[in-house]
Parts: sequence; C-alpha cells; structure tokens
Amino acid sequence: MSQDSSTTRIRTIGVAGCGTMGTGIAIVAARAGFRTKLFDAREATLAQAMKQAGAFLTKSVQRGKLAAGQDAETLARMSTHASLEDLADCDLVIEAVFEDLAVKHALFAALDKVCPDGTIFASNTSTISITEIAGGSGRPDRFVGMHFCLPAQLMRLVEMSPGMLTAPETFETAWQACQTMGQYPVHTRDTPGFILNYFLIPWHNDVINLVDQGVATPADIDLAVKTALGYPLGPLELLDMIGMDTQKLLCDAMHGLTHEPRAACPPLVKRMVGAGLLGRKSGQGFHRYADDRIFGA
Amino acid sequence: MSYRIVKGGESRSFPGDHAFVQAAGARVSVARGDVAADSPAGSASASGVAFIGADAGSLYVAAAGRLGSASFVLVELGTECLGVHIGDDDYPTNVLGFARFRLGDAEPTALVELVRKPQTSEAALEAARDVLAAAGLVVAVCQDFPGRILDRLLRPYYNAALRRLDEGLASAADMDATLRMGLGYPKGPIELLRETGLHHHFEVTRALHEQLGQEPYAPARRARNAWLRKAGGGGQ
Repeated sequence: MSQDSSTTRIRTIGVAGCGTMGTGIAIVAARAGFRTKLFDAREATLAQAMKQAGAFLTKSVQRGKLAAGQDAETLARMSTHASLEDLADCDLVIEAVFEDLAVKHALFAALDKVCPDGTIFASNTSTISITEIAGGSGRPDRFVGMHFCLPAQLMRLVEMSPGMLTAPETFETAWQACQTMGQYPVHTRDTPGFILNYFLIPWHNDVINLVDQGVATPADIDLAVKTALGYPLGPLELLDMIGMDTQKLLCDAMHGLTHEPRAACPPLVKRMVGAGLLGRKSGQGFHRYADDRIFGA
Repeated sequence: MSYRIVKGGESRSFPGDHAFVQAAGARVSVARGDVAADSPAGSASASGVAFIGADAGSLYVAAAGRLGSASFVLVELGTECLGVHIGDDDYPTNVLGFARFRLGDAEPTALVELVRKPQTSEAALEAARDVLAAAGLVVAVCQDFPGRILDRLLRPYYNAALRRLDEGLASAADMDATLRMGLGYPKGPIELLRETGLHHHFEVTRALHEQLGQEPYAPARRARNAWLRKAGGGGQ
C-alpha cells in the first residue's frame, strides 16, 4: 500500500465498469497495493482494460515513475470478472458505469444481493446526486461519492461526497482508502457537479458564448487566459479536447439538474455538433488540428 | 514606430516604469482638470499617441480634434467601454482602447487587451499591436464589449465561487485545491481574491453588472462586505 495500510480496513476493491475511467481507477487501486477486481459484462472491454493498464504501467517504469518490477506486481493484483458474483469479497466497490441513474440503480441493486453488509459502495458519478444513486442501492448508509478526475491514473484529486444518509464511519473509511490509494480527497457537498464540474461547465459555456457574440477570436481568448492567468491550456483548447458532443451532454445533465442559465448548452455548441466540428476528435473545433493524436501522445 | 505618452492620473496598466513608457518619444503628465486645447497631446502628427492613467479618456476627448493624422491612438480603459470616449457609430478609425490585465492589487500581467471597433483601421491596429509587443507585452485583440475578455469571463466565476462558499459546497481550501489540482490552475479563486483584494472584485463586477444587467455579475455578498469594510476604513 502506498500509505500505512493499517489506517484502512479496505483490502479488496472492486471496480464496476471498465471504460477509460474505470480502468484508470483500477490502476490507482492496484498500484497502491489493493487487490483489485475489474468487473464488466463485456469480455472484450475487460481485455482492453488489462491491455491498457499493462501498457500504462510499463510506460510508468520506463519513465521512472515506478520501480522495475512494480508494473508486473501491480498487474498481478488486478483480475477481471464478467460475473458480478465475483465481487462478493470486495470491501469497497467503485462504480464507473454510464451516467444514467437507472443503469446505476440496477447495478447497485444487483451488487447489494451479492456483497456482504460490510461492503461500501461508491459512485464515480460526475453529475448525478449521490443521495439519489444511494437510494437505489439497498444500503444508503454505506454509500459514498468518489469522483476521480480523468485520467484517474495521473490525476490525484478525488471529490468525495456523502449522501444524505451516508454514515460518518462509511465516509471516514472510504476517505482513508482514498488516501491509501495515494489520492488527494476533497470533501464536497452532494450537489450537481460537485466542485469541478459545477465551475467548469458554466465557465466553458461563458467562453463559448464569448466566441459566438464576436467578442474575440478563439486564439485571442486562449492567449489572454493563458498569459494573464497562467492556465496550462486555453479554455477553447481544453474544450476541443473534451469535444462539443461531450460538452453538450454535460450541459444537458447540469442544466437539467440546476436550471442555472450559465449551465444551459450554448447555441454554438449545438451548431458545431450539427456541423461535425467536435474538436480534436474530428480534426476541427474552435481550432484546426493537423492530426488526430490525443493530447500527450 | 514613434509614439508619445500623455498621462493623467494613476495608470493601472503602467503604475511604474515599463519598457512601453521608456520607449516613448515624449512623455507628458497632465494634471487633472488641466487639459488645455493646446496640450501636448494635441500636437500629435503622424506618430502614435497613448493616453494612459485614470484620466486617459477625458484627455483623449480634449485632444481628439487634432489626432486624425496619428498612426494610432491608444486610450487606457478601466471598466468602461471604448465607445464611452469615441462613440459607437461615427468614430475615428485610428483609436483603440487598451488595458493591461491586472487583478486587484496584484502586479499587472504581460497581457494587454487591445480593444477595437468594427470599423477600426487594420493599419492602426497593427501599429498599436507592434509597439505594445515591442515593449514585451502580449496582445489579445477584442471587440468593444463590457469586461473585454478576462473580466467578462472571470467575474461570474468568482461570484459563483464566493456564493458557493457561503452555501457550504466545500471549504475554501478544498474549493481552491480542487480547481488547482483538477484543472492545473496556479491558484484557486478564493485564495486569489483574498490575495488581490476582494473589494477590488466588488468594484469591477458591480460595474459590469450595471453595464450588462446580467445576474451572474451581481456582486457576491462577501465581495460587497469587503468593499463596505474598506470604505469604512477597515481591512478585508
């Protein structure tokens, strides 16, 4: 374990849903010494998750981020499972499935039948209420929000939120497990978007509206923000990485929950989605891109 | 490109000596209320003129009739639009506004927002950009809207952060840490406002709220309180 393992009773962590985020969380858990079980109903997704984890860990050794051999040790702590029953011995299960309340409820209801009473459930949701998800879990007192940032294997921040019925000892245990994973938890209320998305989605919408209103060009806006504020990326560069289609989904989710005008999807986003100007993934968004390599590649 | 500087009042963009001021061919300081028709600014010929300081707008207006042949005219702006000084319909095409971005009591940044109007001449724009860049400043061009680029974007974000702090979303430390670690920002909003003066934020966002009439610019309670304390002679 990366920190004193005596501070947590958690030994085995399940990760349900092995897309990009789930895979990243599994790497974090296994790298910190936890026995880590990856669950996904799709065998191909599980295979892809292990392949990506292996490639990332190998690269970590090459870059000196991990000692030689730690990549293999970490991988050895990871196992894949297409059957939910295999998570029965997990002390903590972190869900990272599609952002849909019904999907999450179905998953947790099934997990509740499989896992013992002492297992803590956590959701990696970025927008849905922890209390609402917990309401369909069968164990709202042993439920907590753990929102990792993308890419989880590189970003230390985790937004942790108790639901309305979360028991204090549940939150404390999950908090300790998070710290033992080597992450940096911050405590937020269970409100839409928590901290990061609550601020980021409207901020991006404001920037998009600035472009649409002709206040300045995307290049000038990015230049101004980076120069004056020292941000590593201009907001429109970041939006091009996020993608206009994703921004629209985020806006729809946030605005649907908060009805705050700044969270409403800007008309320009809808036009850009319609035109196929999605950002880096399509070769053009607010900026043009010569190739389709992802950031950092 | 030669240019002269006419200064009236304290300049937020150039509070001290700077390469842009040093490189000017002539520097004239004009006391408030002493803007005579034959003031030095009025004798500008083909070179550029930069009006800086809190009184830049009024100094420009007093000299405007004789600046038609200047290659460019720069007018330092506060929270007001350039149109306040030159009009929004029929205006001289060689006049641009500018402000060096600066958050409250912090030192001015290298970023200059250069404000143009739809009919601004490209030659004047490029000439102004060149002299600012030659002084080591980074120029972002924007149209003449309240708040330009940065204040327009930042003030709703700061107001939201202050309101959410009141509502107990998280502690100030956790909010700042989240935005630093999650997005790579050098500083979080609360620590930045506290360091640079919360009362300054109140003054800027109040001005923008008045101009834009939009709720996100309405000053947050904490900012208003800081400003009232300051006005009453207290600290923050």
